[in-house]
Amino acid sequence: MSTDKYEMVVGLEVHVQLKTRSKAFCGCSTDFGAAPNVNTCPVCLGLPGALPVVNEQAVMLAARAAISLGCTVHPTSVFARKNYFYPDLPKGYQITQFDEPLATGGTVMIDTGAGERTIGITRVHMEEDAGKSVHDRFPGETAIDLNRAGVPLIEIVSEPDMRTAREAGAYLRTLRQILQYLGVSDVSMEQGSLRVDANVSARLKGEEALGTKTEVKNMNSFSAVERALEFEFTRQCGLLERGETVVQHTLLWDASKNEARVSRTKEGSNDYRYFPEPDLGPLVLDPDWLSMIKLSLPELPDKRRARFASDFSLDAEDVDKLTADSELAEYFEAVARATGDGKAAANWVMGEVQALLNAGKGTFDELSVRPADLAQLISMIRDGLVSHAAAKRIFSLMAESGKPAAQVAHEHGLLQVGDDAALAGWISEVMTEHPEESRRYIGGERKLQGVLVGFVMKKSAGKADPKRVNQLLVARAEADAGPG
Amino acid sequence: MGVTHDDVRHIAELARLSVGTARLDELASELNAILGHMDVLGKVDTSGTPPPAAAPGCTHLRSDSSGPIPLAVPRESFAPIMRDGFFIVPRLATHEELSSGGAREGGA
Amino acid sequence: MKQTDFADMPASVIAARVAAGSLDPVQAVAASFAMSREKKSGRDGLNLVLWSDEKLATADASVLKETMGPRGEGGSLAGVPVAVKDNIATLGLPTTCASRILAGYVSPFEATAVTRLRAAGAIVVAKTNMDEFAMGSSTENSAYGPARNPHDLRRVTGGSSGGSAGAVAAGIVPIALGSETGGSVRQPASFCGIVGVKPTYGRVSRYGLVAFASSLDHIGVMARNVDDAALAMQAIAGLDPRDSTSADVPVAPYCEEFVSIATTPSPLEGLTVGVPAEYFPEMLDPGIRALCDRALDALRSLGAKIRKVALPHTSLAIPVYYIIAPAEASSNLARFDGVRYGRRESGTASLREMFGDTRSEGFGPEVTRRILLGTYVLSAGYYDAYYRKAQSVRTLIAGDFARVFAGGVDVLFTPTTPSTAFSIGQITDPYEMYMSDIFTATANLAGVPAMSIPIGRESGLPVGGQLIAGHFAEAAMFRVAYALEAALGGQAHQ
Repeated sequence: MSTDKYEMVVGLEVHVQLKTRSKAFCGCSTDFGAAPNVNTCPVCLGLPGALPVVNEQAVMLAARAAISLGCTVHPTSVFARKNYFYPDLPKGYQITQFDEPLATGGTVMIDTGAGERTIGITRVHMEEDAGKSVHDRFPGETAIDLNRAGVPLIEIVSEPDMRTAREAGAYLRTLRQILQYLGVSDVSMEQGSLRVDANVSARLKGEEALGTKTEVKNMNSFSAVERALEFEFTRQCGLLERGETVVQHTLLWDASKNEARVSRTKEGSNDYRYFPEPDLGPLVLDPDWLSMIKLSLPELPDKRRARFASDFSLDAEDVDKLTADSELAEYFEAVARATGDGKAAANWVMGEVQALLNAGKGTFDELSVRPADLAQLISMIRDGLVSHAAAKRIFSLMAESGKPAAQVAHEHGLLQVGDDAALAGWISEVMTEHPEESRRYIGGERKLQGVLVGFVMKKSAGKADPKRVNQLLVARAEADAGPG
Repeated sequence: MGVTHDDVRHIAELARLSVGTARLDELASELNAILGHMDVLGKVDTSGTPPPAAAPGCTHLRSDSSGPIPLAVPRESFAPIMRDGFFIVPRLATHEELSSGGAREGGA
Repeated sequence: MKQTDFADMPASVIAARVAAGSLDPVQAVAASFAMSREKKSGRDGLNLVLWSDEKLATADASVLKETMGPRGEGGSLAGVPVAVKDNIATLGLPTTCASRILAGYVSPFEATAVTRLRAAGAIVVAKTNMDEFAMGSSTENSAYGPARNPHDLRRVTGGSSGGSAGAVAAGIVPIALGSETGGSVRQPASFCGIVGVKPTYGRVSRYGLVAFASSLDHIGVMARNVDDAALAMQAIAGLDPRDSTSADVPVAPYCEEFVSIATTPSPLEGLTVGVPAEYFPEMLDPGIRALCDRALDALRSLGAKIRKVALPHTSLAIPVYYIIAPAEASSNLARFDGVRYGRRESGTASLREMFGDTRSEGFGPEVTRRILLGTYVLSAGYYDAYYRKAQSVRTLIAGDFARVFAGGVDVLFTPTTPSTAFSIGQITDPYEMYMSDIFTATANLAGVPAMSIPIGRESGLPVGGQLIAGHFAEAAMFRVAYALEAALGGQAHQ
């Protein structure tokens, strides 16, 4: 069955954990990986008599995110209760925002691969996370850990503007990058600081009315989102082709089977009975404070891409790689400015540095090669103090020891020898040891130059400056060849 | 606006209150009687009076480093069942074999 | 210390003597427990006290003695035994809200109001009986049985803070904390012949008060006289960073107002007392009306001007209250699910059953009724017609008060309750019970401070008169109450 005559309509709801030290409504730590229920207090345990108090930093990060997504941040917004029962929802309601959210009406530009598109953002609002229910630890029982209960989230709701799974993926990647740049979240789907719920419907191409949408949850990567959308769209098209109706269900993505199954919970039984949270007054944001946030926004990905392209004369592909992660971009820029050589910095950062990060030297904080050190190494190459080959070796040693380039080169005898006398000496030795090649080279077989240089490099244990060796060999050849 | 037998069953479900079938009719009458007194509100002109937005005044903000509220006695002292630091409950009947925090519709 | 001495001794006197070293706080505590036994305040008697621990209270008194400075800096309530309503969190003693669902629950944190009382030197000696989760007007809805009025054991103490009111009336403690959502401090104070004060919403922190209806809940104080009530209110009032609804308004010195009253011939000169017609309906009990008239005469003799005013939306208060309060309660009580604390129905096969059974077994019929009502009025299709509408009408009710106070009235005077204490088991119709709050619920809806003081007896049963002031005008309200109390003298208890 072909889905060609149908169009996919996708809206995405993204939940993002804000990078605060404490929870949204209490002072408990948000640290990841603590022993169960250690980071809980009367408020986030929902003990009788406890009351919520809003975390200033959570508001700040939420406002920063909303502003960066081009939203209108409302000076007054209202918290609301979403009432339902779940064992890891301690109060029996979630504090969220409903009728009057923090922000509405933004946009995100995405690159669809076939051009740029604008995806609308309906709203951004603040809410608290629930705890964790662990179902497989004790047979027949569920274990509840409330460390995560109360962690501040923002929910970013898009307009149903995406038309392909690929666009959905592009939107998610762009959104993730912006949020990472802002420093508001770790935005890691693996760690759960970014979660995606997708709303998808199908309609005949050219049709304006929207079809019935279904909600798909439980995707744990962006590519899983794309696959889930394809699956569900195909399923809906199948129904429509057969003249059947699409029922408004919630489906859960099963990554192992690559299919979405209807959630077994009863529909229509969830009347959340939203009403304004009586324990909190309206959230009133000072206009001066909002202006200050606007002014202190870090540089966003698209601006940085443009700047790197022009300042460092880099091509689009390199710029994309270098700006994918804001910390990588900052690292690169520090190296580039220190050496004055953007291209060299780019090659080293995309090459050796990236390899080091991938090999599990985790984060930039743990990276033992500081930008200044890498810059020094690059300068040493440029100044002929070390060869390229030696430089790679020096970099590994720097990574292991954390020591600066010059020190490592010296300690391990990797400094290039550029002293003509020493080089001439080696050249003479080589020519003596390899008379046949030398004779032929001087006789005119210039292609043997590389071989002879190779012998010199070997004799010098890599320390000879190959550029200079080449020059000296050429001079020697001319001298030895003599007139005629 | 009459509260029916089915309405009571539905709201009891929403509120997680097990109400016996025998009680449903009784409760429906009680609620109808009470709600009957509220009809008078429908006649009040509130066109110029929007409801207040949440609590009066505006909300205080707390510093991110204010620190947690300590518990005077350990959680185990008031928890019905705890094991390995977790609160333990019977397994969800509608649980899907998936990572927690993912599918939460409907709930327990 | 003689029992009779203790039973009549004001808190201010206890504190002064303890500070001076002439009264050992351990003795004061012992006297309180002795009185409690004498009056049979427990289960087999008046059923005013649910939980108490003499060893713990005595230890607290000993600590106070040791930590008091040489000049007796023990605080404004040094050594004063106080009772706390069982829906206010305390360390050491259980907090059950008179409900089975919290049977045995000892809170791991304490309410700010209690912490402040302790900081002022008070000793918590008892947790008192109440209507379950503060839902009721008689303390008959307690899982532990009804409380009995010390003035007539066949009658109710009123509610929901009935245990606290009775404990003060019986001389067990001079001061008790109660809570109000629709009048639950003033109404039992009126029924028991004592002083009961509800402050402005946000004046006293709600942190540690088990929530019933968040926008209507207040912690209030009960005492035998106005001075003690003001002393207690002074100790607990003020901004609390743990309660986002607590008001950032400085606390006026309440008791300073009283000093000049004794020496001033017309202490209420220049003050206007408003009398709202809606609180004196045709069918108001004639005995209560007569006592109110006498109180108004007393106010006139103190120099106050009496003015008739109108609060036209008064009759809407009960319908509005009984939509908003149950709605918020249905949400506030959702946390009682047996997962993290309190009672849990064990042996259930599924989590769903555990929730349902725990809650059904744990909650009494009135609580169940209100949760259902509240869930209904918030539910899809009904939210606008009920909850949202009620909140709008609430604004109109609050507007009535604002207009009157802006129009030159300093305080309002009304009866506190439409009747004296009724008999235990007399009122069975829920809505009829709700009507007990008819004169008190308006102040909760508007958030304005209000208090009840004894103004006389009808057939031997206490009658309370109510004063209502504008937001954060507790000082003026206390001043009028103090003067009226002094003017009425012994008549208030005859």
